[in-house]
Amino acid sequence: MQRTSPRACLARKVSAALLFAALPIAAVAQTAAPAAAPVNLGIVSFLTGPAAGPFGIPGRNSAEIMIEMLNAGKVPAPYATVGLAGAKITPKYVDEAGSTANQVTEFRNLVQRDGMNAIVGYISSGNCLAVAPVAEELKALTVFWDCGTPRIFEERPLKYVFRATPHATMDNVAAARYVLKKFPDLASFSGINQNYAWGQDSWRDFVAAMKALAPKATVDKELLPKLFAGEFGAEISALLTTNSKVVHSSFWNGDLESFIVQSSARGLPARSTMVYTAGETAMFRLGAKIPDGTIIGARGPHGVMAPDTPLNKWFRQVYEDRFATAPTYPAYHMAQSILGLKSAWEKAAAAKGGQQPAIDDVIKAFEGLEFEGPSARIRMAIGNGHQGIADIAYGSFRFNKAENKAEIVDIVRYPAECVNPPANMTSTAWLEAGMPGAKCN
Amino acid sequence: MTGLRILLGAAILGGLGAAAPFTPLWLISLVTLAMSTGLVVCGLIILWRGGLVPFGQALFFATGAYTVALSGRWFGVTDAFLLIALAVIMAVLVAFVVGFLLAQYREIFFAMLSLALSMILYGVLVKSETLGSTDGINVAQASFFGMMPRGPGYTFALFWLALGMVFAAWVGVSAYLGSVAGQLAGAIRDNEIRVEYLGISVTRLVHLKLTISAALAGAGGALAALSISHVDPQMAYWTTSGGFVFVTILAGAASVPAAFLGALLFEIVRTIAVALLPGGWQLILGSVLLLTILFVPEGLGSLMIRKRVTVSGREAA
Amino acid sequence: MITVIAIVTDGLVYAAWLFVVAIGLTLIFGVMKILNVAHGAFYAFGAYAAATAIGLYFDRGWPVAGGYLAIATAAVAIGLVMGYILERVFLRRVYGRDEVVVVLITYALFLILEDVLILIWGTDGRSAYQPYTEAGSFTVGGLPLSVYDIGLVGFAGLLAIASALTIKRTTFGRLLTAVIYDRETAAAFGVNVTRVYTVTFLIGAVLGALGGALTAPKISVTPGIGVEVIVLAFAVVAIGGMGSMEGALVGALIVGLFRAGAVHLIPQLELFSIYAVMALVLVFRPQGLFSRVQPRKI
Repeated sequence: MQRTSPRACLARKVSAALLFAALPIAAVAQTAAPAAAPVNLGIVSFLTGPAAGPFGIPGRNSAEIMIEMLNAGKVPAPYATVGLAGAKITPKYVDEAGSTANQVTEFRNLVQRDGMNAIVGYISSGNCLAVAPVAEELKALTVFWDCGTPRIFEERPLKYVFRATPHATMDNVAAARYVLKKFPDLASFSGINQNYAWGQDSWRDFVAAMKALAPKATVDKELLPKLFAGEFGAEISALLTTNSKVVHSSFWNGDLESFIVQSSARGLPARSTMVYTAGETAMFRLGAKIPDGTIIGARGPHGVMAPDTPLNKWFRQVYEDRFATAPTYPAYHMAQSILGLKSAWEKAAAAKGGQQPAIDDVIKAFEGLEFEGPSARIRMAIGNGHQGIADIAYGSFRFNKAENKAEIVDIVRYPAECVNPPANMTSTAWLEAGMPGAKCN
Repeated sequence: MTGLRILLGAAILGGLGAAAPFTPLWLISLVTLAMSTGLVVCGLIILWRGGLVPFGQALFFATGAYTVALSGRWFGVTDAFLLIALAVIMAVLVAFVVGFLLAQYREIFFAMLSLALSMILYGVLVKSETLGSTDGINVAQASFFGMMPRGPGYTFALFWLALGMVFAAWVGVSAYLGSVAGQLAGAIRDNEIRVEYLGISVTRLVHLKLTISAALAGAGGALAALSISHVDPQMAYWTTSGGFVFVTILAGAASVPAAFLGALLFEIVRTIAVALLPGGWQLILGSVLLLTILFVPEGLGSLMIRKRVTVSGREAA
Repeated sequence: MITVIAIVTDGLVYAAWLFVVAIGLTLIFGVMKILNVAHGAFYAFGAYAAATAIGLYFDRGWPVAGGYLAIATAAVAIGLVMGYILERVFLRRVYGRDEVVVVLITYALFLILEDVLILIWGTDGRSAYQPYTEAGSFTVGGLPLSVYDIGLVGFAGLLAIASALTIKRTTFGRLLTAVIYDRETAAAFGVNVTRVYTVTFLIGAVLGALGGALTAPKISVTPGIGVEVIVLAFAVVAIGGMGSMEGALVGALIVGLFRAGAVHLIPQLELFSIYAVMALVLVFRPQGLFSRVQPRKI
């Protein structure tokens, strides 16, 4: 130690005080220092094609804003740290359009050529199923953010793949519960779903849940038009000739909007109440075109059905400021997937004393993790701790003429255990057994 | 086709195989997938020389791919060679049966009917919920001589398998194109009736061509299924067939190696386009196709051939 | 009874739509021997143009009736512009090349135009429902029907009659017939084949765009709508006989009624119905239902 003059001492005190005041900034600056190499994150989403508008672009936009805000350390608690445990995120966006062969090739390119540390991707269930084994082969941490099929973790245990977003069984179980709350004496119902895996699975799950909850209700018409058919005249006539009080549909995007317009023009809503399990993406675009009383789901308690937490308020605010539209559920799915990855990353980093974790550490931390999404608490409770479950909400549509605003009223929130299979059962087996162990209060 | 050229081809492919461990893995996977497309395109070249362009070759491609997936899933077959053999047999069977119908047709009608057939397979697959409908099913990992290589080893094994298939296809198709039946293709294209007057059944010849091309498409589908580890109905959709015709145009019908180079080029252009312009890669792909047709009408293969003709003064097989 | 009414009306509505979409395709094929994959792009651009036009029109609060005029104007305008560019810049270079090569040119153009569409209009869906919903509905035998749908059937009928009259009664129609039967002979007799080609392609493009424009009010106009239409239109044209107008009409009717019947009676078959009909027809009538016997050139 050197001897110092009183003046120097004062100067040191001042600088120490200044330093102290600047500590939080310094801490941030330090963790963002070049010491922590940036984390390369591949983001895969539909940027072209029919799924881009309703899902792909909101998801991509959500990723863009979340990554930007995380890098700036501007996300509210508990996510206020910079990037992933101090390492900034460098995103690379890839289009999900094209064949599964293309997707698998691009996945390999992302991991092996572009050196991505983790991938957050895939809307199409087919792509998720195809990519999962490759992710295992390449030992690449992959978070599926929007695909719905329960098959991902039910067919075989996976180590490197996670999905924070709950699977689609929940959507249809909750739909059945909500329908029966509104129509306790329902005698019969019909369904119109697109003829591909998503539509077929949704309808099968809905029927199974109805059978368990209201064994007396029968199925009138089971319509499975071609995906992107656009024209539903014959289907609407067929529905008009039944006496179903309720019609289930997992339509999305163009087909959903076309069907709403065409069926309204022909008076179908006056005879049957429609249930749209993925209806939320269309409610702002169609507004008053959607008949009041239509039952709407959002694949989770997202969008206007989300609770009023600070994180949610912040998310809606930044999203609306940037993109001039409210975030729909795909935006929430992306945000919660990235936050899940961040939580796991930082939990692993904390275990290593703040150092950047290895991928295997992140995986260990991700398994069984619980974290807050903007709209719900997510628990990685099933699929060996790789599949998230969360609450879900359903509600009825109402167009508020006074404020010229689309609203959802009569919102019912179902706890995760009420609408998801337990960890030791596949969703099909659970539904067929009559949903044993469902806890709804 | 001379012994010398076979030797040369074997040497080139052997060199590629030896270079594999020093090549980035993603590139090897990409080349393997391109080779599977190349196999299908080889079959298209055979048809094209006879003036036939199927818009439904995905029928045989998907048949091969699903045969691999289902043999593994239902019967526990894991041997890669056996899987590919089964896929080829199934594709040939399908082609043999539908050939009785398809071989009656020419030109655009042949194209449309083959399209309809492949779309019917697509519809059946989409309807099959036990096969995962549009989501498709995973393909179990294959074994090689009883061994189950993991990780990069599997990628190499598939790549070497692909090289072997390419070699076999190259020798086989070149031999066929050089045979009387193969040489008659141009005659069929120019004037079928004259060929009939020579006492040759054009219908049977077309049937044969279709069956050979289906065998190649089935092999391509099998290789694709193994290398992607997943099959889905999209493999039978008309856009898949369109992609094969696309590559055929890119490569040209002039030579067999061009089919593989064309497929490789297509895959590289596509992956660069996706990386360059995530929201507009179809634009790049379409432009490449357009420019090729307008300015290199005989396909990229013709550029190679022209050179060789001037060197050796002989037409290439 | 109500099911029968439903099958017939649904079938007719669907057939009307198919006919409007397919007639442009079959016209271009008949005259120019081009199987125009870019027809799907005409359809999509027509739909987007109409949606934009309807949006602009109704934003000003003008009377509903004029909205239909806006649709037609948008379709004709975009069809003419696109048809002209495609024919002049690309197709003219490849007349006389292999049919299949020309198909691929149009395939390439289709791929490009799909992305151009996104560049112009973005990935979000467009909607312009006013002409459809404002038209209202009426009830037949307990089944509510949309006036717009029935109007579409009427329009398709008029289109069929008009095209038949044009072919049979006008000079241009006779020129067309001459070119359809034998291009070289027609040229030898002094028919300006290139001009006939240009005009035909323009008409075909306008019809394709019109198909999209008329559909726009019923659907959410999204990227990718063109892909679905191409194969459907191909199927209709193949059933009816490539290049035949009456074939397109009959093909559309068969497919429309068959599909409506399938939806009402055996919904499982809906997905296959069109291809099954197509394969069946082609097995028994390889050249489609209405096709001329081709002279054999020896």
